[in-house]
Amino acid sequence: MSTPVPRNKVAQWIEYRLPIFSWANHNLIDFPEPKNLNYWWNFGSLAGIILVIQIITGIVLAMHYTPHVDHAFDSVERIMRDVEWGWLIRYIHMNGASMFFAVVYIHIFRGMYYGSYKSPREILWWLGIILLFLIMGTAFMGYVLPWGQMSFWAATVITNLVSAIPWIGETLRDWLWGGFSVDNPTLNRFFSLHYLLPFVIVGVVILHIWALHHRRSNNPLGIDVKSAKDTIPFHPYYTVRDLFGLGAMLFVLFVFVFFVPNMLGETINYVKADPLQTPPHIVPEWYFLPYYAILRAIPDKLGGVVAMVASIAILFILPWLDTSKVRSARFRPIYKQLFWVFVADCFVLGWVGANPPEGSFVWIGQICTIYYFAHFLIILPILGKLERPRPLPDSIHEAVLKKRGGAPAVQPAATMEKH
Amino acid sequence: MAETSQHGEHGAPATGETRRDFLILAAGAMGAIATIAVVWPLIETMNPAADTLALSSTEIDISGIEVGQAIVVVWRGKPVFVRHRAPEEIEEARKVSLDDLGDKQSDEERAKKAEWLILVGVCTHLGCIPLGTKQGDPRGDFGGWFCPCHGSHYDTSGRIRKGPAPRNLEVPPYEFLSDTLVKIG
Ligand code: HEM
Ligand code: FES
Repeated sequence: MSTPVPRNKVAQWIEYRLPIFSWANHNLIDFPEPKNLNYWWNFGSLAGIILVIQIITGIVLAMHYTPHVDHAFDSVERIMRDVEWGWLIRYIHMNGASMFFAVVYIHIFRGMYYGSYKSPREILWWLGIILLFLIMGTAFMGYVLPWGQMSFWAATVITNLVSAIPWIGETLRDWLWGGFSVDNPTLNRFFSLHYLLPFVIVGVVILHIWALHHRRSNNPLGIDVKSAKDTIPFHPYYTVRDLFGLGAMLFVLFVFVFFVPNMLGETINYVKADPLQTPPHIVPEWYFLPYYAILRAIPDKLGGVVAMVASIAILFILPWLDTSKVRSARFRPIYKQLFWVFVADCFVLGWVGANPPEGSFVWIGQICTIYYFAHFLIILPILGKLERPRPLPDSIHEAVLKKRGGAPAVQPAATMEKH
Repeated sequence: MAETSQHGEHGAPATGETRRDFLILAAGAMGAIATIAVVWPLIETMNPAADTLALSSTEIDISGIEVGQAIVVVWRGKPVFVRHRAPEEIEEARKVSLDDLGDKQSDEERAKKAEWLILVGVCTHLGCIPLGTKQGDPRGDFGGWFCPCHGSHYDTSGRIRKGPAPRNLEVPPYEFLSDTLVKIG
């Protein structure tokens, strides 16, 4: 398995000049991973693969797309009707964006459950949050490109958030627009940036993986790897499992693409943008709904914007807000419950965000917003001090053996001795 | 550090140090200035271009607007509401005490001629277009406009009365060229 020097002559020639084979071997083949990773550890590689899918389908779309207010909508309709397989490429790109967020959100919640943000992985965690911001920006600008009614009004409402900044807000907004409303200059620059940002994302992903490979993966027990006995090589164990996960994800993606391609979108986006007519009910895509609920929960323009940005930015200081020394929720009986309360809170916020801000939605949204911030600012700091964690196992391989148990403990222990 | 100051008496090493410090500082400052000089035009290109700025005025004929009716015209890519107000609407707008307003402005300040109310039709919250111009539109709790996006209510002078919007609907610069012709911008 481990051949530091390739046997093939050509490969040797290359290796001497650029050690790409030993690099790949180190990072993708022999790389030691904790032996107890579960399926929640699949989502990082899935996010990476969707990024590639988005880039490939996006580049193909860009060959047929026209970034001009008079032609954008028609060019997307042409992709749907006239361009060979255009409908498929566009539906993959559209639903791929949703899939991206679903995968990334699961990936983040995984990190929160198993305490992956704690030392020494804070910078890894920060890079992840930066990636979340970048993906959000990319998806927002992509959604503007088809120039439907929702594209236009989402662009208007979101860019207007900037105008809440005291003093310079409105100047900044006009600068973003390149005019006095969302118009052709805005569409043009959004296309340019929508093309650029995914490659910036690729760059940050590289840093993210660098940090990961430097301090290595966390694991469901949240305890450090102590010896080689705790690990197995990435290949073939995790390559195979990542491929299996990929199959499952593609299955879900293509159920959407082939059977309900427009389920997650808004019908009104198939009506061309009309700058003089706001649709009666403006909602963002599902993946922005919780933030939208937080924005509207605060009855003040600037306050709403600040709360919305803070709802993600607060993740940057999560490693210090959580005062517990124990990483994994498995050994934190109270945190384990409150984690799910927090997840539920996010879902309720999403549901509130999807509904008009009237009646009980107003106060439900406000209570959930308060709870959202209380989780980070009050519950986590205090809980870490009060909670009595359950005893941690001595090592990963011991815990794994115990779990595999049932068989007499002597036998596996004897096998381990041979190592 | 201590060593350098000792050498200082002999001259040479100390001058060497300060000259190097100076060069580093000067090079750094030049680098910073050069960076700004490069970034500045890049940022400026994103501002509204000359042709966009040139579209900045529109003339409209208001002779066809009946009392109680309103029309929408486009100015700088934004809708502008022109409402021919009925006497009740003017009266209602003028009897409100300034203390009841979030963004305190009298109706007299907002309308050059009482029967003509001219406003930028963009909600000051997040930029949606409030309803209330077309016949049959909801006009909110104060009889002016209602923004469906996050529920802002404007009165018959276009002033914010309820909801998240921070300011009154903006009054664009305009002048009456004649009794029936208005120039906006
Ligand atoms: C981070 C990866 C990306 C995400 C999350 C993303 C997201 C989106 C979204 C949500 C849309 C709107 C889909 C619709 O409703 O029609 C869109 C459209 C578009 N994207 Fe991307 N995108 C990504 C990468 C790219 C790349 C690399 C390109 C290459 C140029 C690209 C080109 C386009 C084009 C031309 C459209 C307009 C056509 C259409 O609406 O289907 N995208 N993107
Ligand atoms: S944009 Fe009008 S209320 Fe928000």
